[in-house]
Amino acid sequence: MFNHSNFLGLKNFPRADIQEIIDTAFKFKEVLDRPIKKVPLLKGVTIVNLFFENSTRTRISFELAQKRLSADTVNFSASSSSLKKGESFKDTVQNIEAMKIDAVVMRHPSAGSAKHLTEFIDAKVVNAGDGTHEHPTQAILDMMSIQEKFGKIKDLNIAIVGDISHSRVARSNIYGLVSMGANVTVCGPPNLIPENICDFGVKVSYDIDEVVEWADAINILRIQRERMGIGLIPSNREYRRLFGITSERVHRIKKELVIMHPGPMNRGVEIDSQVADSDQAIILDQVLNGVASRMSILYLLLGVKDKDRDED
Amino acid sequence: MKIKKLDNKVLLKNASIIDPLKENQSIGDVLITKGKIAEIGKVQHSEDIKVIDCSGLVLTHGFCDLHVHFRDPGNEDKETLESGAKAALAGGFTRVCTMPNTVPPIDNPESINYVIEKSKLLSVHIHPIGAVTKGQQGVELSEMGLMHQAGAVAFSDDGLPIQNGLVMRKALEYSKMLQVPVINHAEDECLRCNGLMNEGSVSTKLGLSGNPNVAESMMVYRDLKLAELTNAQLHVPHVSTADSVKHIAEMKKKHSMITAEVTPHHLFFSDDDLINYDTNLKVAPPIRNASSRAALISGIKDGTIDCIATDHAPHTMHDKETTFDIAAFGLIGLESCFGIVKRILVDDEGLSLMHLIKLLTISPRKIMGFDNDLLSIGKEAELVLFDDEEKWNFQKTDVMSKSINTPFINRELSGRVKYTISKGHIATCV
Repeated sequence: MFNHSNFLGLKNFPRADIQEIIDTAFKFKEVLDRPIKKVPLLKGVTIVNLFFENSTRTRISFELAQKRLSADTVNFSASSSSLKKGESFKDTVQNIEAMKIDAVVMRHPSAGSAKHLTEFIDAKVVNAGDGTHEHPTQAILDMMSIQEKFGKIKDLNIAIVGDISHSRVARSNIYGLVSMGANVTVCGPPNLIPENICDFGVKVSYDIDEVVEWADAINILRIQRERMGIGLIPSNREYRRLFGITSERVHRIKKELVIMHPGPMNRGVEIDSQVADSDQAIILDQVLNGVASRMSILYLLLGVKDKDRDED
Repeated sequence: MKIKKLDNKVLLKNASIIDPLKENQSIGDVLITKGKIAEIGKVQHSEDIKVIDCSGLVLTHGFCDLHVHFRDPGNEDKETLESGAKAALAGGFTRVCTMPNTVPPIDNPESINYVIEKSKLLSVHIHPIGAVTKGQQGVELSEMGLMHQAGAVAFSDDGLPIQNGLVMRKALEYSKMLQVPVINHAEDECLRCNGLMNEGSVSTKLGLSGNPNVAESMMVYRDLKLAELTNAQLHVPHVSTADSVKHIAEMKKKHSMITAEVTPHHLFFSDDDLINYDTNLKVAPPIRNASSRAALISGIKDGTIDCIATDHAPHTMHDKETTFDIAAFGLIGLESCFGIVKRILVDDEGLSLMHLIKLLTISPRKIMGFDNDLLSIGKEAELVLFDDEEKWNFQKTDVMSKSINTPFINRELSGRVKYTISKGHIATCV
């Protein structure tokens, strides 16, 4: 029985609850195929989308999920720089909560900010990405997409390729996938993979060809130059040669490899256009599943469940 | 806490008197007349004597802290010399050395004078440490000689590690003439990068950028080699890593003028305690992992570490009640110090109470060349009385600092300061 007051991350998140989110998301995906794509499950519930960092797809995905569930939504975007010189984070969120809201969906550049938010407000908090810490709704939609493609997650070989050190997507995916019983290998330049990542129950490889051969699905991370203090990658072309998912690499292997990317893509760097647009890529399915996954999470956190109704 | 002028004659009766200098312990009385120690032993009571029953309490030298930040001048919302002095008294400290990273920094004799003049009427001995370089910029030596004449007891750019090895070498050479230690906050800024906590498994889990052990230990090694080269006195502050302890131990065998301190928080916590992003545990150098913590404790046991220093670093609520990346570095430590180190070192680790007292009294005084023979007739009373058995929960109300940035609230501590006697005053702490 799903019983969480917030959705902050997948570290130590119960496996059964991950499965419940995914199962519920598939039900919502059916709603998205209807001519009238709206259900009244969160009618009267007010959600604020608080985005302190640029985001296109995550913000739109959350907003659509909320509208499909008939929630009232308010959007607040602020660049982190304007927040730094103006009102403090605490003042901002306490002011917003004073206006009587039920939940906050927040993206913020600081690791731990979602947890920090729960210390100041009573409204439920959904983490839409906190710095280099976690991005749990992305991991849910990635796992949903894997389950949709393979019918299962357990025992699959999943590779995550790119800048693991600075990736919240990688952390949440690792926690989720390991919990669901997948075999996970991370691959990338050694200076972008923390030495202690093995503690998370994953394998490390620096050889992309070996990884491509091994994997059933490969989740390709965006190379985020803006996150790095010093240019840690010598050049885009070196990265592409050593770690890029090029069409040659994908064609060289015998079996079908499922290609995933959380977006936005740097075509020609971590992924070739031919691969991104190929039939084996499920990148656009991930986007649609994102709406369904977020509907599921918001409903499970905020909706009045049948059981609650019975007790009334 | 109440601070009062000492009565003309005060008799501290039936105390367990521990003299860390003479290494002896006995039950007895201490008579203080006009602020000075008049008699020690069995003292006859007479009408005009104010008696304080000290049964069950240990009486010893007042504690001395070589490393505090009183934020005065410039950040009086965090601390002032007055409020810092109260925090010191609450923790049993009668003598503290203030770091110069104020606004503006204490890098000239006039500023040294400001601290000394403003501290004169306070009931704690406050000794300013001067900046090594002008504006703590790490480039040009400050007027160390003139500051020393004005009363600076040591030199440090604490908070801002001296990156340039030549500047550090020149500072060590120059300080020899003054016979005072140079204290370098040892961190390589390039390796530290924007590290927010100890680099390791916990920082990876939290998604916080890590500060690796080598950022400190390599800089400690450089400073030790420069002290050896120049034959100067080096004091290594807030040691946090196992490798630093190892380097210090090795250099101590070759060069006698090396000393080192460790903070109560590095002895108490390990980086696992940061798992909930408690910004009160954000400190420089960072809280390291459990094996570093164990190395610090062994370093104390074998004498590699000379003393305990709090690195009392006050910050306002809004400096700390924010996201981890932009929260200020530092925590306050004077009030909770004794209860922490008594619990960790004596209760848990079996260190003798005598050794612990030395770490807080004669060792730091020796480093700075302060008078060490405090339990002698005619000396100004500079004493602390504590209950070494009392277990207590540290509370906000125990904090006398202007700031409340401590991770020790609601922690159980062992050993509690009851009275601090200093500069003709007595603070009743509980």
